[in-house]
Amino acid sequence: MVFKHRKDLLGLAELNRAEIESIINTAVPMKDILTRDIKKVPALRGKVVCTVFYENSTRTRTSFELAGKYLSADTVNLAVSTSSVQKGESLKDTIKTIEVMGTDVMVMRHSMSGAPHYVARNTKMRVINAGDGFHAHPTQGLLDMYSIREKKGTLDGLKVVILGDIQHSRVARSNIAGLSKFGCEVRVVGPSTLMPADIENMGAKRFYNIEEALDGADVINVLRLQLERQKKGLFPSVPEYAENFGLNRKRLSLAKKDVLVLHPGPMNRGVEVASDVADSAFSVINEQVTNGVAIRMALLYLMIGGASE
Amino acid sequence: MALVEKKKIMDENGVRRAITRIAHEIIERNQGVNDLAIIGIRRRGGPLAERLAVKIGEIEGVKIPVGILDITLYRDDLTALGPNPLVHRTEVGFDLQNKTVVLVDDVLFTGRTVRAALDALADLGRSRCIQLAVLVDRGHRELPIKADFVGKNVPTSKKESISVKVTEIDGIDEVVIEEKT
Repeated sequence: MVFKHRKDLLGLAELNRAEIESIINTAVPMKDILTRDIKKVPALRGKVVCTVFYENSTRTRTSFELAGKYLSADTVNLAVSTSSVQKGESLKDTIKTIEVMGTDVMVMRHSMSGAPHYVARNTKMRVINAGDGFHAHPTQGLLDMYSIREKKGTLDGLKVVILGDIQHSRVARSNIAGLSKFGCEVRVVGPSTLMPADIENMGAKRFYNIEEALDGADVINVLRLQLERQKKGLFPSVPEYAENFGLNRKRLSLAKKDVLVLHPGPMNRGVEVASDVADSAFSVINEQVTNGVAIRMALLYLMIGGASE
Repeated sequence: MALVEKKKIMDENGVRRAITRIAHEIIERNQGVNDLAIIGIRRRGGPLAERLAVKIGEIEGVKIPVGILDITLYRDDLTALGPNPLVHRTEVGFDLQNKTVVLVDDVLFTGRTVRAALDALADLGRSRCIQLAVLVDRGHRELPIKADFVGKNVPTSKKESISVKVTEIDGIDEVVIEEKT
């Protein structure tokens, strides 16, 4: 009943543990549908899902679109770069246009933190935040948690390391927000220039030494190094980053024997993660993508599957 | 609007005898159990399917494949049920191709659940044929659907409802007619 009294999904911080569990539980039967020859159920017949991405995306947008289609919703994608946004249409007017065409759920990504919150306040549509600035990426957080629970059987009390550019990562923030509700020890590690000063206020433990952070880890979530940050002088060079913070075999051996390696994609192989680690038996990187579709199916179903209030 | 128990129509023995008789009828109708599979509709169809499969297995000396179908995503009243009813897993661990499937539910009423289950089954594969077994048929069909095997026909009024309890879920086997007050 997560979305009985909640219109939108904007972040994980505002959800409680039971709500997160019910979303993950619903994703389990949804994943079964993906394994069948006929990947379609009629649950969302006649519902409309619109994806509006002001930033580039491969997996998030595609997986929302497929999630909607597998549930028989009609899905449409507003390609911002070829839309009237380019003629100067305001965000508010664009949203209204999408709403009055009969859209039930709008899935939105924007480079400005808080943009989906603004939209949510100004529309009757349900809004899912598919990433806003450095702030939140709740569906990535949920699919990471689902992937971890699927392999470990539980989330409770796990030691989860988030490795890389924490400062610019909405994935890190959503992971911390979600995992801390399950009593996980969330450790963040990366170069000090890419570490937000206030990250411990979110409930994470800060490390600057990767070896210390990886000691006894159950899960390592490797973040993409946003290469454009180098131009801003936030780290000296890509090879040096790989040397100091790249996840290789040797570092992996410091974690628990059954450690899981996650990465939200797209990967810079040989930079934040060594290729042989990304392709190893510890890696669930491809499965994360499948689980992402299942989580998004669960969300769409929970939001618009039943009666509207 | 409370429901009051009006009459008990089956107890533990009654349920057991009905299952035994239906098991025999299924074997007789299909002239054996070749390619037979039993699939129960969640929730109470699940345990009933399991019992039927065990009983048929005992009689014929073979293991009958049994599965559980969750039809939530196929319901035609999804939007009338209130916000998002819980979805559970469908557990059918065998290929339906060329199988004779006996679909099992506790109560046959409007026929809408069975309609949804037929759609869900079709999406899982093309079975050779599908038959329907129910513990209780209470009438009031809204769709052209008829059971092949019935534990008990119970004429009811629309004000009444049938409550089926099974040990696996409710701790007791019984069928009771209740009335709205």
